[in-house]
Amino acid sequence: MNAPLIGARIQRKEDYRFLTGTAQYTDDVALPGQAYAVFVRSPHAHASIRSISLDKAKKAPGVVGAFTGADLAAAKVGGLPCGWLITDVNGQPMKEPPHPPLAQGKVRHVGDHVAVVIAETPEQARDAAEMVEVDYQVLPAVTDAAKARAKGAPALHDVAPDNTCYIWALGDKSAVDGAFAKAAHVTKLEFVNNRLVPNAIEPRAANALHSRADGAYTLYVANQNPHVERLLMTAFVLGLPENKVRVVAPDVGGGFGSKIYLYAEDVVVTWAAKQLNRPVKWTADRSEAFLSDAHGRDHVTTAELALDRDGKFLAMRVKTTANLGAYLSTFASCVPTILYATLLAGQYTTPLIYCEVTAVFTNTTPVDAYRGAGRPEATYVVERLVETAAREMKIDPAEIRRRNFIRQFPYQTPVALQYDTGNYEATLSAALELGDVKNFRSRKEESAKRGKLRGIGYSCYIEACGIAPSAVAGSLGARAGLFEAGEIRVHPTGTVTVFTGSHAHGQGHETTFAQVVADRLGLSIEQVDIVHGDTSKILFGMGTYGSRSIAVGGTAIVKALDKIIAKGKKIAAHLMEAAEADIEYDKGMFKVAGTDKKKAFGEVAFAAYVPHNYPLDKLEPGLNENAFYDPSNFTFPAGSYVCEVEVDKETGATQIVRFTAVDDFGKVINPMIVEGQVHGGLAQGIGQALTEACRYDDSGQLVTGSFVDYSIPRAGDVPYFHIDTRETPCTHNPLGVKGCGEAGAIGAPPAVINAITDAIGVRDLAMPATAQTVWRAMQKRI
Amino acid sequence: MKVNGKPVSAQIEARTLLVTLIRENLRLTGTHVGCDTAQCGACTVLMNGRAIKSCSIVAMQAEGADILTIEGVARPDGTLHPMQQAFKENHGLQCGFCTPGMVMNALDFAKSHPDPSEHDVRESLEGNLCRCTGYHNIVKSIMAGAKAMGGKI
Repeated sequence: MNAPLIGARIQRKEDYRFLTGTAQYTDDVALPGQAYAVFVRSPHAHASIRSISLDKAKKAPGVVGAFTGADLAAAKVGGLPCGWLITDVNGQPMKEPPHPPLAQGKVRHVGDHVAVVIAETPEQARDAAEMVEVDYQVLPAVTDAAKARAKGAPALHDVAPDNTCYIWALGDKSAVDGAFAKAAHVTKLEFVNNRLVPNAIEPRAANALHSRADGAYTLYVANQNPHVERLLMTAFVLGLPENKVRVVAPDVGGGFGSKIYLYAEDVVVTWAAKQLNRPVKWTADRSEAFLSDAHGRDHVTTAELALDRDGKFLAMRVKTTANLGAYLSTFASCVPTILYATLLAGQYTTPLIYCEVTAVFTNTTPVDAYRGAGRPEATYVVERLVETAAREMKIDPAEIRRRNFIRQFPYQTPVALQYDTGNYEATLSAALELGDVKNFRSRKEESAKRGKLRGIGYSCYIEACGIAPSAVAGSLGARAGLFEAGEIRVHPTGTVTVFTGSHAHGQGHETTFAQVVADRLGLSIEQVDIVHGDTSKILFGMGTYGSRSIAVGGTAIVKALDKIIAKGKKIAAHLMEAAEADIEYDKGMFKVAGTDKKKAFGEVAFAAYVPHNYPLDKLEPGLNENAFYDPSNFTFPAGSYVCEVEVDKETGATQIVRFTAVDDFGKVINPMIVEGQVHGGLAQGIGQALTEACRYDDSGQLVTGSFVDYSIPRAGDVPYFHIDTRETPCTHNPLGVKGCGEAGAIGAPPAVINAITDAIGVRDLAMPATAQTVWRAMQKRI
Repeated sequence: MKVNGKPVSAQIEARTLLVTLIRENLRLTGTHVGCDTAQCGACTVLMNGRAIKSCSIVAMQAEGADILTIEGVARPDGTLHPMQQAFKENHGLQCGFCTPGMVMNALDFAKSHPDPSEHDVRESLEGNLCRCTGYHNIVKSIMAGAKAMGGKI
């Protein structure tokens, strides 16, 4: 009971239900009398709608309702809001075109929502949806970010005739240009950061209920932040009183960002549940997920690094066009700006950085935050430039990084962030050691004997996590606070229920957070339960994304624990007739310092609820405390990755034969869970680098719209991972934690591409580096 | 047919998939649907002892069959089966959505592979997708679970 729980490999409390089929995901929720919704989606990337006829669908067997955008407009249902205002280079607000839940006269991407049909069974709804008649006038489409602003490109929105949402910049351009003019060496790369489809294995789903008895709604939804979902839906779209809406995000089967957002389907089923006076359920199939879940990445970038003759970085200049898709998704605007350009210093002392971002609308699925969100794109820019510069200047790639590492903290970057702590030499040295880099040459020779080209690539990433200090975020355009809330409810017998605004969809909070609480209170982990994901139980929450849960949500819990212990000391002082100042709390016991007097945590809790001997004149009974925590800074996890690949000379097929990752996440609460997060992130990063190609054809059809065409990594595509951690505790939260959820997806892609370009001797290579891409690159070289 | 040892019957449309019968008619919601192209394996169950994707056959094809779903894997007293226990001990699951399919597939695989290599396990997972774990700990789990099973379910 008293063994330290922080840092222990505790098996997960939540596993039993997942292993026995007793978990409850949204699609497992069956409400009495529920009807089933199917959405009619646009088959065209861009079209005007001349007319929609629901007549046949409404008469089809089992249909109980069918609605179009006209019905929503008549009911004054608003558009889906964007939560982050970006101000452009001219001081003007970004262009915010309307984003109606069901189309208003026009569709702008394949899969755009046109109508909804609701029936007694899913099959009846599907059959009837096919009877909805839509007369489209097909318009030319643009899907490529690089072509969206070309003269004559079709305009998606009246408010943005040039398809430009904003042009935004960060940094001192003239100073950067000056540094480039004097540089001994300039490395320049042009590349695409490939569009990705998140593909959590649980498809999105929603099931809404309205009660005429009290006018209250309940929405079960696969979502990462139920309070944010409720706030956006009630305040901005449906105009409902927040106290009449309960949002439950039960077990959620992965998110990776794609379940942060308020989606059209969530709004429509909630609205329809009242119209039809019965629950309305919708579950996406995978094809719909491909078309309607917010995608990730999709940047076209020109990046330059200026160096002096010793390989010291002088300046960086980056110009990016970011594809936002057809509409502004909930947090789309901050991803290629605030979460991207601010990370371009990486782990280095580059004194001058300028980044300009042009964000465009195209006839594609909206793009928003996907695991890493802006930071993988920034890391790709920095680490591809650094590695390429090292090769061009014939400096060892590890050595060039060492010459430029930040070594003094706190460190103010030229791109707005202040890193509180880190030790980049420690993670790099450990990665070189664990990756056995010194024997790479002999492994390369051995591979050559088997006809394989072996290459090695590095990546030293940094990320800004623990999102976010609200005042800083607000000054940068955030329209929401980014604190977290927690509540500790001590029961009369001394067991504890913790309510957190963080949400777990695979991260294991029910274990990690219980470890924190049990450790602080000196209880066993079985005495602590974690509750999340229900707005009717949890006072508030901003949810889980941006590797923020332990750093922000965990700290809110610690602050509430501090209040519990402070009140417990007052109660214990009374019970033991001692001065409050003399009470110490240690391993589950309130003790009078310097004596053997003590009271167990449970005795104090009992006294709080059965206050027969209790200072009622000075203290309320009960033992229940809330805390809200707003971080004072971001956290800065960082690490070094080393990737080794073997490329088949004949086919271009690439196998990762060794992958080493050494991360600094600050204090680690549960190493087993942290390792799992790293593994998963690495696989997604490797997926981006090697297998995941999201492709639209010229007419705007998504030609990679299923798992047959879009290849998320399978078990045979990823290697055994060699991983380790180094620890520099975060300086500004009490747990010293930084967050670990996104690291792998951020650090892996440049390591993989650096390794392949090393193996085949080319300067650059497009992601995903499929066998065909690699083979073609080898032919050009020859 | 029998599901988890109990005889079941249902009136269904001819086009009803086995997974729909299991989830909607029998309300055994541990079997999941993660795709519509028979790629992800979240719906894997054992039919007459063999792992099959229950989204890929219509329920009537299973008439008379013996079906085992994830709900029928643990011991009657609730104790985890050795394969389930191996997933727990090796942190072979995160969000849990692919997990039932992974476990069901692993049960079939382990019958014929009591001491599989890492390579064999990765090959056996060709038809099961996971987006959370990077497969690393799933592979470890199945290697450990197979050993613990000793070739017997």
